[in-house]
Amino acid sequence: MSTDPLLRCSDVVVTFKQKHSKEPFYAVKNASLDVGAGQIVGLVGESGSGKSTLARAVVGLQRVDSGVIAFDAHQLGNRRTREDRQGIQMVFQDPYGSLDPRMSIRATLAEVIRRHTDLRGKGIDKRCLELMDMVRLPGSLLRSRPAGMSGGQRQRVAIARALSINPRLLVADEAVAALDVSVQAGIVNLLSDLRDEAGLSILFISHDLSIIRTLCDRVSVIYRGEIVEERPCADLFANPHSDYTKALLSAIPRLNGPRSEGLGQGQSLRM
Amino acid sequence: MTTSEAALPSTTLGLEPPTRGRGWAPAWMRRHNLQLWIGGVMLGLMVLAAVAAPLITRYNPTTPDALHTLLGPSGEHLFGTDNLGRDVFTRVVYGTRSDLTIAVVAVVAPFIIGLVFGIVTGYFGGWIDTIMMRIADIVTAFPFFILVISLVFILGNGAWSIFVAITCVSWVAYARLVRGEAMVLRNKEFVAACQAGGISPVRILLRHFAPNVATQALVYSMSDIVMNVGVIVTLSYFGLGIVPPTPDWGSMMADGQQFLAGGYYGLTLFPAAAVIWTSLALSFIGDGLAHALRIDR
Ligand SMILES: Nc1ncnc2c1ncn2[C@@H]1O[C@H](COP(=O)(O)OP(=O)(O)O)[C@@H](O)[C@H]1O
Ligand SMILES: [Mg+2]
Repeated sequence: MSTDPLLRCSDVVVTFKQKHSKEPFYAVKNASLDVGAGQIVGLVGESGSGKSTLARAVVGLQRVDSGVIAFDAHQLGNRRTREDRQGIQMVFQDPYGSLDPRMSIRATLAEVIRRHTDLRGKGIDKRCLELMDMVRLPGSLLRSRPAGMSGGQRQRVAIARALSINPRLLVADEAVAALDVSVQAGIVNLLSDLRDEAGLSILFISHDLSIIRTLCDRVSVIYRGEIVEERPCADLFANPHSDYTKALLSAIPRLNGPRSEGLGQGQSLRM
Repeated sequence: MTTSEAALPSTTLGLEPPTRGRGWAPAWMRRHNLQLWIGGVMLGLMVLAAVAAPLITRYNPTTPDALHTLLGPSGEHLFGTDNLGRDVFTRVVYGTRSDLTIAVVAVVAPFIIGLVFGIVTGYFGGWIDTIMMRIADIVTAFPFFILVISLVFILGNGAWSIFVAITCVSWVAYARLVRGEAMVLRNKEFVAACQAGGISPVRILLRHFAPNVATQALVYSMSDIVMNVGVIVTLSYFGLGIVPPTPDWGSMMADGQQFLAGGYYGLTLFPAAAVIWTSLALSFIGDGLAHALRIDR
């Protein structure tokens, strides 16, 4: 790892106002996390642990209370410039909500391309075809709307949209959680290839440890807004340090069995 | 806000939920969207008749004819004549010009006002929403008809006051409808994707919100036209709306009523039938539009 990672989050705090209490709710508590250039870093944790909130903070969709988010050794504020946004793009969980149902795929891609590049007309057409190729979709789909497309295809389009402006970091928030297992594998392979071929760095958020294990170089474990462990992937699986991580790992083989114990507040890891 | 990963197991995500409301037309009609065609033809006939009125009838809607009063329907007078000897068919056709035109025109302004209002409050939320919806609440605090009638009373008779009164009151329905849709859209991930992509709020509202919320508003506007026809006819019935002798269905019914006892039903029934015909046509079209504009095609 180089000394200056591509993304560095240190002591990031995000709070929300609570309805019935004066005390703010700490969704993310002093979280620190690095993603090196060309790395795929996993972020695991149960539902509600603050994964999405941290991801949205990284992309600039969520205001940060305190802490530093630095990209390419350059500190990012709560208000992002166009250049800031271009460096980090995000793919979301719900393939059915992440595309405008009334826009063709070409229009969806073109909108972002126009905002960030000088490409127009034919140039955009060419770029769109390139992108479809990159995510392994037929160019003929560009003319269609999302309605007829499968979840996997939609997610590929969402990835294409994120890649359309050449970001260096892709934040994938549960990007495969809503897909069938067979479709998941395709998307996971695509992300892995994108890293290998284009040097894309990825912050891969999931609650599925088996995917994290196959895809990621390093893993951060988040629990109730706090990062409780941050290690190389193989290391973490072989030799978990924190009790929470141990509980998470021990839950894997029992996914379909009885509810696993030992996950704070008597909650099981919800899949 | 709870996250949806527990609520969305992969196995239940097979189909997109249907985006349209349930219409009332039977399945065989719906299959070819016959409602839209039937409604279109029904309305088309009326519009055609209204536009080409001087060509399809040789009578004048306002000129009395003392020699031919209160005639029954015949080849000469399709719907008969009224107490002043005016041809009822001609008056019904010319009535379309006043009633339907005002009803349709009076939908445009509320539609646009409500769309803008609803999108802005739904997207931004917070204090903007609070203030703007408080304004809407004030309008809704009064019963619809009472408010329109009072406004027309204040503004005076005539098409223009009806138009202003309806606009003042009925934009609220559009605003609420659109706001609800916009609030759902706001939480869609494609909006977050746009924001993350640096797309400006104005563009998000124009290119993503407006097209997605306009359909529901458009479908609703069809029933709103029906409501407007009802308002205009009611006002005119009570002598508050369109000023006689301009032909209009409401005043025709009011005038015809006194001859019901004498057995001259046509004077009241034919304008009433015109109101029903219009309402049916627009309901068909509204249902057909909901079907035609749904997303999953
Ligand atoms: N906009 C919000 N307002 C209030 N609470 C929120 C908001 N977004 C998230 N939260 C809360 O923050 C916690 C973390 O949520 P989230 O980051 O979505 O978790 P995860 O993605 O790990 O499931 C949850 O308890 C959630 O209820
Ligand atoms: Mg989440």
